[in-house]
Amino acid sequence: MTAPGALLRREAVPLLVFLLLAAAPLLGFSHSHELTLMARAMILGIAAVSLSLLVGGAGLVSLGHAASMGFGCYAVVILDAANIVEAAIVVPVAIAAAALFSLVTGAVAIRTSGVHFIMITLAFGQMAYFTAASLAPYGGDDGYTLYARNTVFGRDWLQDRMAFHYVCLGLLVLAWLLCRVLLASRFGRVLRAARENPQRVLAVGFNPYPFRLVAYVIAGAVGGLAGVLLANATEFVAPAYISWQRSGELLFMVILGGVGSLHGAILGALAYVLLEEQLAALTEHWRMIFGPLLILCVLFLRGGLAGLLAPREAARHG
Amino acid sequence: MAEPPLLELRRLRKQFGGLVVTNDVSLSVPAGEIHAIIGPNGAGKTSLIHQVSGTLAPDAGQILFAGRDITRLPLHRRVRAGLARSFQITCIVPGFTALENVALAVQAREGSSFRFFRPVALEAPLNDAARAALEEVGMGARAAVPAGSLSHGEKRQLELAIALATRPRLLLLDEPLAGAGPEETERLIAILRRLRRDYTIVLVEHDMRAVFALADRISVLVYGRVIATGSPDAIRGNAEVRAAYLGEDEALPEGVAA
Ligand SMILES: Nc1ncnc2c1ncn2[C@@H]1O[C@H](COP(=O)(O)OP(=O)(O)OP(=O)(O)O)[C@@H](O)[C@H]1O
Ligand SMILES: [Mg+2]
Repeated sequence: MTAPGALLRREAVPLLVFLLLAAAPLLGFSHSHELTLMARAMILGIAAVSLSLLVGGAGLVSLGHAASMGFGCYAVVILDAANIVEAAIVVPVAIAAAALFSLVTGAVAIRTSGVHFIMITLAFGQMAYFTAASLAPYGGDDGYTLYARNTVFGRDWLQDRMAFHYVCLGLLVLAWLLCRVLLASRFGRVLRAARENPQRVLAVGFNPYPFRLVAYVIAGAVGGLAGVLLANATEFVAPAYISWQRSGELLFMVILGGVGSLHGAILGALAYVLLEEQLAALTEHWRMIFGPLLILCVLFLRGGLAGLLAPREAARHG
Repeated sequence: MAEPPLLELRRLRKQFGGLVVTNDVSLSVPAGEIHAIIGPNGAGKTSLIHQVSGTLAPDAGQILFAGRDITRLPLHRRVRAGLARSFQITCIVPGFTALENVALAVQAREGSSFRFFRPVALEAPLNDAARAALEEVGMGARAAVPAGSLSHGEKRQLELAIALATRPRLLLLDEPLAGAGPEETERLIAILRRLRRDYTIVLVEHDMRAVFALADRISVLVYGRVIATGSPDAIRGNAEVRAAYLGEDEALPEGVAA
């Protein structure tokens, strides 16, 4: 059923994207500016993939996903202020914090659906945002500059831009793989079925709630990981990183890339970051072009970028 | 002590505003019976099925399943207890293949579904059981077809297979023949006739030929109230039923073979 050849063809697009990202620094895209840009795209890609697990996989359209990134960012900040910079500590703490936040807020939010779910996740996201803004010891609104990037088992690998590039890429691949495997599992089948027809899922004897909640927590945990990377990439963290606009951007990347497939979120993140960059270089009024362009994409690219690149059979979850 | 009936309704009552859709319905279905519920449009048949299956909470009364009070049990727990239903309006996962639709139901009864890493599509025990259920309703050859692109009749058959895959003790079928063409109807009746050997069935159906061919007993529901319960012959001869529902000389199949 799943000969390696068939697998390769089905996953050709994500594999190609990963390959290109791996090769880019070796093909001359190794200026610090280019590496910064790619790192940003990959980090947002990690967050977007985890959001895609929710939106495309579970049918949970969250407008508060940036908050889970925020927990990652602020875990780095708070531990940095306490002189703890070891990734082996920071990463688990960040992931646990983001997962716990998702568990508590998800337990409430998932009881609702549709527009209510969107509004509640937005509200929880804004709560996280205002909490961050009120953290005076960590710079409040002005943000917090890290003393240095995290160390990995005592070594300052992340300081090296090239190494950081591959760390981000490795984690992006892992995040994608994790979500991919989850959706193909028993757990994922229940999630996918509940997205398409919750009544049917109930009528075969499943309560969708715990499945959705677990997905929500996993997505939050991955978002937390992305937050750690983001803080390390910029060596600076501000509440603006987790505003609802950022949540909206993530959602946009997912939709731009194509809700029907996980790697769409990665394509969406790459396209978003590159487009933003190109337009900003062109004119300072770039947002006036960016906005309509995005709207056109949504209107005319049904299935998103992933749908555009899909080989014949439409790319879909599962 | 005699075994309790598999399904027992005690003075069940449901009201939508001023409209009483279930009016003191008491009913008892022993194991092994096909019990048909007939009645004119809007009589409250679907509402009754909803209450038994757990999608609608009754205002008063009791539902007993194998002697156990399940009146307050949520839908998915009733399914686990052995109560399966098909819907009047087709209820499938359109993006899944027929096989995957059924495998989902198998999965619900076979071990935990909080398994995160093994690809479910390759779980042979789930697929085998699902394929067997599809065979049972004559859909074996259509296993790989996306459920959304099955014909209407095939979707009805798929729903039956899904219900069977939950290993129910009681099947609640809400108009399984609705919208099926003549050939599909024949096929579905044949399937139901086969199922009667293994399952207790509550059958809501407008197709009188099917009802009189299949049912052991029939209850007639009019304005939410059961006006008669009895064998097909007794119902056929019941004056009140004829007056209230069947119409004077409306074609009541006389010689339909059971
Ligand atoms: N949720 C609801 N709110 C208000 N009224 C309802 C609701 N559901 C059903 N009804 C009404 O209750 C009555 C019984 O409906 P029900 O669907 O149970 O009838 P039925 O016997 O299944 O009819 P049919 O043969 O057309 O399927 C109808 O008059 C219907 O309009
Ligand atoms: Mg009905």
